[in-house]
Parts: sequence; C-alpha cells; structure tokens
Amino acid sequence: MYKMQLLVCSGTGCRASASATIVEKLNESLKAHQLTEEAQVVTTGCFGFCEKGPIVKVIPDNTFYTQVKPEDAEEIVTEHILKGRKVSRLLYEDPENKEHIIDSKHMGFYQKQMRIALRNCGVIDPENIDEYIVRDGYSALAQVVTDLTPEQAIDMVKQSGLRGRGGAGFPTGLKWEITSKFSSDQKYVVCNADEGDPGAFMDRSILEGDPNSIIEAMAICGYCIGATKGLVYIRAEYPLAIKRLEIAIGQAREYGLLGNNIFGSKFSFDMELRYGAGAFVCGEETALIASMEGKRGEPRVKPPFPAESGYMHKPTNVNNVETFANVPVIFLKGPEWYSAIGTEKSKGTKVFALAGKINNVGLIEVPMGITLREIIYEIGGGIKNGKNFKAVQTGGPSGGCLTEAHLDTPIDFDSLVAAGSMMGSGGMIVMDEDDCMVSIAKFYLEFIVEESCGKCTPCRIGNKRMLEILEKITQGKGSMEDLDHLRNLAYVIKDTSLCGLGQSSPNPVLSTLENFYDEYVAHVKDKRCFAKQCKAMAKYTINPDVCTGCTICARNCPVDAITGEKREPHFIHQEICTHCGVCYQKCKFNAINVE
Amino acid sequence: MTKFEINDCHKKTIKEICESFGNKRSELINILHKTQGHFGYLPEPVQLEIALNLNMPLAKIYGVVSFYSFFTMTPKGKFPVSVCMGTACYVRGAEKIVEALEKELKIKVGGVTQDGKFSLDCLRCIGACGLAPVIMIGEEVHGRLEPQMIKDIIKKYE
Repeated sequence: MYKMQLLVCSGTGCRASASATIVEKLNESLKAHQLTEEAQVVTTGCFGFCEKGPIVKVIPDNTFYTQVKPEDAEEIVTEHILKGRKVSRLLYEDPENKEHIIDSKHMGFYQKQMRIALRNCGVIDPENIDEYIVRDGYSALAQVVTDLTPEQAIDMVKQSGLRGRGGAGFPTGLKWEITSKFSSDQKYVVCNADEGDPGAFMDRSILEGDPNSIIEAMAICGYCIGATKGLVYIRAEYPLAIKRLEIAIGQAREYGLLGNNIFGSKFSFDMELRYGAGAFVCGEETALIASMEGKRGEPRVKPPFPAESGYMHKPTNVNNVETFANVPVIFLKGPEWYSAIGTEKSKGTKVFALAGKINNVGLIEVPMGITLREIIYEIGGGIKNGKNFKAVQTGGPSGGCLTEAHLDTPIDFDSLVAAGSMMGSGGMIVMDEDDCMVSIAKFYLEFIVEESCGKCTPCRIGNKRMLEILEKITQGKGSMEDLDHLRNLAYVIKDTSLCGLGQSSPNPVLSTLENFYDEYVAHVKDKRCFAKQCKAMAKYTINPDVCTGCTICARNCPVDAITGEKREPHFIHQEICTHCGVCYQKCKFNAINVE
Repeated sequence: MTKFEINDCHKKTIKEICESFGNKRSELINILHKTQGHFGYLPEPVQLEIALNLNMPLAKIYGVVSFYSFFTMTPKGKFPVSVCMGTACYVRGAEKIVEALEKELKIKVGGVTQDGKFSLDCLRCIGACGLAPVIMIGEEVHGRLEPQMIKDIIKKYE
C-alpha cells in the first residue's frame, strides 16, 4: 500500500501538453529520492478541466495542481511528497479573489457538477481492472446475472428513466425491452462509439478513462435482451481509446467477467471491436450497422428497426457510450436514486464538452435541469477576455443556437428541442460578440455537405443549395429573397430526408435565422457583418496619421488598389479593392483599419 | 508523383491481409484499415488486388474507400499536417491557421509539398478543445496557436 498517490491526467488534451513526460519525470524523481515505496504515479483518464491541463492530483490530501510542466515534477516530489509542503505556484487561483484553492471540489468549475458517467474518470488507472473492481466495478453485473431475471433488470432500467445520450433521447429501458421480445438464435449488443460531432469528446474520455464501465454495461444489456455477443463500433481516429478498451477486454476475459458462464450463471457474453473510418452519418444506427458489415455507411428506411433486424439481419440493440456508462450505477444505487436526479422527463446527468470562447474549457457533467447561466458563468467562469456573451451552440451540426433569452431555461432533452436546438451528443460551444452567426451557420452546413452520404436527394442536393445561398450572403451578394428561399428549403429538407442527419441538418440555419435575423438582414441589405468576420464585406482604409509611406501595402496589393508617394500616406481606392486583406496582414505599423 | 506499380511482393502482402480476415467481405473495412496502415494509402492497383482476393467488384471497394474520410488514395507527406476544424477550434480562429499553413507550405488543403515532406489536411475534432486552435503534425499536437507561430513550428520539422 502506498502512502501517497500522484494522479496524472492522460486524456487527449493533457497528453498534447506533455503529460506523458510528466509521468516519466515524476517517476525518475521518486526513484532518485528513494520514494518509490511511499508514493506511486497513476495515469488516469480525463479530469475534465482541460483549460488548466495538464493536471496532477495528489492524494490523500487532494491537492490539485494545474498547468504542470515536466520541469515542475522534481519540485512536486521534493516539496510535496518529501517535505509535505504544497507547491503554491501550481495551485489553482480563484479568478475572483485570487486566492489559491487546494482541493478541486471547492473550485467553481467542479462545485455544480455531479459525476455519474464520469465517476471513475480521473480517479482510477483505466489500464488496471482491479482499480475498477475496487470501486464496485462488475458488482452490478454480478447482481443482475445471479439475482435478477432479464425482465426484472429491464424494469429497473425503465424505472430509472434513463434516456439515450446519443442525441434523440429514446428511453433506454424501452429499447432493451423491444429487442428482448424478438426471438433469434443470435442477438447483438452494439456500443456506438463513433463520436463524430465536432467539438464533443465525452465518449472518448469515458472510453479512455473508464473502459470497464462500458464492458460491464454491455454485458448487463446482453443478459437483458438475450444477446451473447457485443460489438463496439469505435472511431479509428481514437487510438488511445481503442488501446485502453482492448486492454480492458483482455483483462475482463482473464478474470472470467467476459466469456462462458459469467459468475457461475448460464449467461455467456463476449465482445469485440469494429473500426469506423470517419463518417459522421455512421452515428445513425442503420448506417452504423451497414458500416459494421463492411459496406458504405448509408442509412436505410426504418422499420424494420435494428431491434428486429440489425447487424447481419439479427435483432440488435444500439446504445451510445455515455448511456452505457450510466447503467451500472442504476443497479448499484437503485433506480429510485437515479430518477430523483434531473427533471420530470429527463433523468440523471448529462456530460457536456464545454468549449469555445469561455474561460474554463473542459468536460463537465451536470444534473439535467441546470440552467445555461449556471454552466456558462459558474462552471465555465464566464466569457473569455471579458467579451459579451452572444450565443451557445448545442447539439453540433444537428442542433441550434441558444441566446441570452435562453440563459435561464433549465436544460433537458425537451426544453432544448422547444428552444429550437437539441441535446445531441453534448457539444456546447460558446460564442461571443466577435462571432458572425451567418458564418457559423455556413460552417455547420459545410460540414453537413461534406458528410451527407448522398443516398437521398433532399439532403444531398438541398444542403448544397443552402450552402450556396449562405456563401452568397457572406460575400455580400445576397438578397432578401434568398432568406425566404433558405427558410423554405430548410423545411423541405427537414420534412423529406431519410435519416436523422438530413432531418436535423437545417437546424443551425433555422435557429440562427430565428434568433439572429437582424444579422442576416444586415449582411443582405447593408452589406455589413457586425462581427467583421465576412471578409468580402470589410472596408479597408488607411489611417494617414499612422501610415509611414513604406509602400509595402501598395507593392503587395494584388489588384493595385493602393496608391501613394514614398514616405507619404497611402490611399485605398474602394472601387478597385477586392477586400482580400493582404494590406492588413502586410502593414507593419497597424495603419490599416477594417470596418 | 510516380504512379504506384504493384509487384508480387505487394500482392503477397495484400493476400495475407485478406486471408487474416478470412477473405470475408464483411471485414472489408478492417482489411482496408490494415492495408492502408501498410502502404500509407490505397492506390487503385491495391484496391484491385483486394477486389480479386475477396472476389467482389472493384467498384464496391472504391465505393467504400471514397465514402470514408479516413481512407485516402493519395500518399501523405512525411509529416502529415492536420488542422482541427472542430467547432471549438473554428471559433478560435482555425481558418486563419489554415491560411497561414497554406502560405508557409505553398500548398492547398489536400495537397503534398513537392519534396514530399509535408501534406496538409483538415480533420474533425481531436478532443483537445482546451488547446484550441490545434494542429497535429504526425502524432504531435500543437495547441493555442496564432498564425504567426506557424513559420517556426514548420521550421522544426525541416
């Protein structure tokens, strides 16, 4: 037993800032000071507070060191471990009163959070199954296969009120029940780990930080629906998550937690991985199944639903990673405990990837029903650089933008839909006054056009046409008619597309049209972009008081729109200027103004 | 760029990969992953060889290769540069980083430098939103970027 442990975050964000080297240096330093018997370095999953990463947490005193560099390792060991003195310069500083906060639970970022799906992330070593077992791991599975019938277990999931965390929020227990009713010689449990939403990384963090919870939940699901085979469809772009999942599956097999006659029961279950290859549409379950069968990931018409005919035409139950991560807790703490959290129709917690123009970027887990204001200002620490809040985008390319007016709306599956957005997988991108909402809508449409599988016409061609209109508008060539076309087209695509991707693809456009109509009108009528993001509408002028007449702008202007004598202030001829912005980039004296 | 010429040694490798997956069509995506891992990309002659082994039309293979963004038919540079175009990076100025890279490397997105050293691509969220905007060069992540930092970063690899 070690007296002390140093937990080092090895999530993707922290690894990008050399957390692996920190682990190395800490180990070297412990060895040099002959402390290897006393203290141990543990690499854990994501702590969530990516803004302040890399993070090193020392237990048992719960000291939370932020933005640690490899060269700090020696000081942590000599000061903290050896002499028992905290390294105050690495402690988190409260942004308001500038005081140091030692324990993370007193930080604004963590105070309002409640960790269920992320319960083990940043706590255990994900590559060691024993650490998961110590924290009640696999005891839910033991309870289910030895004490409960599949019907009883499904009932408990139903009572908990758990809804699918992948986007649409379908009740999980009901999904299991439907799949359990179809009889077949073979059924499948599939875990959808094809996280494609740009700006969401909770599934990856769970798989990297707590892979065993997914294995346990999939086995429970298998017992409930009568499946003996589990498949995880995971993005090939997530090599670390793949590696950790493979290790966990290997260890679970060794311990007999996967395989034949689990816990001495008649239930057998095993699982394997299937790799995605980068297609957003494969998040849709029928497309995902096609992809697992080695085909193009194109969705098909439902019914039949996968519950009846899925992978290899067998009954298949598909759930998202975060959904599965919630399952063991429901059995450990009881469905009543779980359903007491959240709102009337959305139970439990939701993980959000908080990013964009916000002070505390990171992964957060909050009870359903929390308000956007609490998330942005209390957990997120407000808008970066003291700018004004403009909007928050939820649900990724299928979601929409929420504005100031929605700040006090309690967030759950239904309230977000009512506000014109959706939960989606839980990306939450905060935008400030410098973001042009027309450009944001264009950004998402570009994504959709690239990711549309092309099977059905409204999505393939309709979105392309919408994108062309938005390009026209951002180039200052749009008309008021275009705005009507945009709206009409959006509704047609919504109504006539085959799958969820197409049906929700116009949401970013519709919600920005709804909430930021003035901005569209300004682009179209006044040819102005408030946020100064649309280059074509920028007006470049030279400040004669600052210009030194160095001629660099005139020499670089591709259309010769700038004239002037050497060492005299220059002038931009607006009728020739193509708004390319080269002069602005080249000027060494900041003499070019952009309006 | 020279055209990919397939030789017997290549054919043997492809045959072995296909056999390791039991020559099953349902394993096509895994086979393509493994083949791309070996050759670095999937030129047409390689796809044809897979088609022969699995006894399925080349068009089907091409359909799958062209569908998924992970598969590529052009070779990458020695140092593949990928710019994250996730929303978090986008709102923190990823577009300006792309422009700076295009200028520095003198290639467009999707291109390879003439000496084959660098290739430039965009990718979707790598999950390092706290460091936005980020780029990846090979396996290495560079975060909290400003356009003027690009020059020095590229220099390190030259």
